[in-house]
Amino acid sequence: MAEKLLEVKNLKQYFNAGKPSEVKAIDNISFTINRGETFGLVGESGCGKSTTGRTIIRLYDATDGEVLYDGVSVHGNKSKADVKSLNQKMQMIFQDPYASLNPRMKVLDIIAEGLDIHGLVKNAKDRKQKVVELLETVGLNKEHADRYPHEFSGGQRQRIGIARALAVNPEFIIADEPISALDVSIQAQVVNLLKDLQKEKGLTYLFIAHDLSMVKYISDRIGVMYFGKLVEMAPAEDLYKNPMHPYTKSLLSAIPLPDPIYERTRVRKPYNPNDHKYGTDEKVEFREISPEHFVLCSDKEFEAMKKELK
Amino acid sequence: MEKILQVKDLELSFHTFAGEVKAIRGVSFDLNKGETLAIVGESGSGKSVTTKSIMRLLPESSSEFKNGEILFNNHDLTKLTDKEMQKIRGKDISMIFQDPMTSLNPTMTIGKQIMEPILKHQKVSKAKAKEVAVELLKLVGLPNPEMRIKMYPHQFSGGQRQRIVIAIALACNPKILIADEPTTALDVTIQAQILELMKDIQKKVDTSIIFITHDLGVVANVADRVAVMYGGRIVEVGTVDEIFYNPQHPYTWGLLSSMPSMDLEEERLYAIPGTPPDLLNPPVGDAFALRSEYALQIDLEQAPPMFQVSKTHFAATWLLHPNAPEVEPPANIIERMKTFRGSRYYEETTGGEA
Ligand SMILES: Nc1ncnc2c1ncn2[C@@H]1O[C@H](COP(=O)(O)OP(=O)(O)OP(=O)(O)O)[C@@H](O)[C@H]1O
Ligand SMILES: Nc1ncnc2c1ncn2[C@@H]1O[C@H](COP(=O)(O)OP(=O)(O)OP(=O)(O)O)[C@@H](O)[C@H]1O
Ligand SMILES: [Mg+2]
Ligand SMILES: [Mg+2]
Repeated sequence: MAEKLLEVKNLKQYFNAGKPSEVKAIDNISFTINRGETFGLVGESGCGKSTTGRTIIRLYDATDGEVLYDGVSVHGNKSKADVKSLNQKMQMIFQDPYASLNPRMKVLDIIAEGLDIHGLVKNAKDRKQKVVELLETVGLNKEHADRYPHEFSGGQRQRIGIARALAVNPEFIIADEPISALDVSIQAQVVNLLKDLQKEKGLTYLFIAHDLSMVKYISDRIGVMYFGKLVEMAPAEDLYKNPMHPYTKSLLSAIPLPDPIYERTRVRKPYNPNDHKYGTDEKVEFREISPEHFVLCSDKEFEAMKKELK
Repeated sequence: MEKILQVKDLELSFHTFAGEVKAIRGVSFDLNKGETLAIVGESGSGKSVTTKSIMRLLPESSSEFKNGEILFNNHDLTKLTDKEMQKIRGKDISMIFQDPMTSLNPTMTIGKQIMEPILKHQKVSKAKAKEVAVELLKLVGLPNPEMRIKMYPHQFSGGQRQRIVIAIALACNPKILIADEPTTALDVTIQAQILELMKDIQKKVDTSIIFITHDLGVVANVADRVAVMYGGRIVEVGTVDEIFYNPQHPYTWGLLSSMPSMDLEEERLYAIPGTPPDLLNPPVGDAFALRSEYALQIDLEQAPPMFQVSKTHFAATWLLHPNAPEVEPPANIIERMKTFRGSRYYEETTGGEA
């Protein structure tokens, strides 16, 4: 029986609430992530993926709803010890490797920061040794430890961010586009690495990305977001074989393939949210179309989808 | 074909605490008018540094220009004064940077930032500049531009910031647009829109584009020609079909083999073994040799010259030397070559075609 590690319940995150510039970055989403699994989150740019990650890791307070980690709510008042323990258990690899590395710190100290905070090393030698190991784990080497972030290329910086997240032995990692800045071979290395670490240490991942072929490869289940809402959620294979929501279909039809002849003739399926033409009395909700496969739709759409699936 | 930009024998180093990082070690290429040249290659291979040196945007304190010419309109950009260069930057040549957050000013509204190059290079009123700014934001698909123009960069998502940066780069209809990973932060549907937009603008004003990306699917979609970089050099260059269906350099083979396919069932992805070359002490011969199962003895002793494969296709690998042994590329590469007329594995497709 799968054990729930993270539960997101009716989570809402509104920026500038009540003002004309209000943005409903997350608008009532719910999902769970089981221990040891990888949950992929994909969707349009600006649909709220990073905000979801950031709210889970408590960078933002939630406007409404709840996030439970191991059965305990992460938001609200907490003791210092609880906060520290949560901070070690949950780590985030940030989308922007430039903004998230302190330019005045050497790579050694950036990676060791978490080790220091959580008292995970005995002395300077041990500290250096641990950092070198981490650098090698992510495909860098010990010469890089004494350099500053601006001396690295984009992909190299992203790997520093990954090493930093891994340093404190977390159990749950939110990876916000961890590989999009990397070249394909290093993407493959990092994805293989994340998979190995998962097997070895039983890690759980929330994997946010745009590259659907990689997401499919790494994820057990995938959630598709559109404008602050989860529109579809299914086991990875199923989502690719039987996409049901028109946005998911549009997304899958737009994946560029490394094949110039195919690209010259590709046809994309556009998505227009107005095409749903939901009536005011129609209930639009998450419905289970096949085991573990959920779609946001109206009753009418649901019936049509069921026919389509057969 | 008219050449709008020629880069010749570019060599460039950084001086760091650890020593001299030889980041660019002899790079030459041409950019034709109206074409899209994609630069692909390993992380750290010198793609960004090459293009930043065209824009003369490298830190003067730590970078050293060692050799080479960069010809634009018959002017050697490396010889211009800073003032002359400023007139070209943002107007004739503009760049979309890899890191959208650092290329936006966090303390200035995005509207001001888009209007800035317009006011600087075109003689228009403020009101007109604002109109253009809103128009550009609409073009790159940012919802609600009239209102959002008053917001600051941190109030946007990663991909939205990237689209703002693209809008700024397009503001003055540049002759050359250098786009460093412009769509990496975007989802595939918006990516497709932006690629269409770039192609449209290219057609309208005959812009030439240098497009740096890791996404080989995007390369297949946008590029006319492709240059493959490794260890501070271009190791292969050709038309997009030549690079995808008849690649010659073992690094290009490795790169194409690392792509996951959509109907992939295998447990592990192929990753090129080993680590990138140390640019403090670059290897003497073919920089890729130590990671390549196809390496010859000579690869460790002498850097290969560019061998010509076709009128448009060149690759720097000793495997193309007439005396080199014939080697068998990886299976998936042979599959690609089978479709390419002119490759030694070409198979005439039989049947099916009426
Ligand atoms: N601090 C903020 N203030 C106001 N609006 C914000 C803020 N942060 C994010 N937003 C808005 O919230 C929405 C969701 O942003 P988020 O960063 O979560 O998107 P995302 O799905 O991660 O997109 P991307 O794929 O482009 O990174 C966007 O419309 C964004 O403009
Ligand atoms: N300011 C700098 N000081 C020292 N070394 C630098 C500096 N900028 C870049 N380098 C080095 O120069 C080399 C080329 O870097 P560049 O940024 O061009 O790589 P890239 O091909 O764009 O990689 P990516 O795909 O990861 O962006 C790298 O080894 C990098 O570490
Ligand atoms: Mg994001
Ligand atoms: Mg770069």
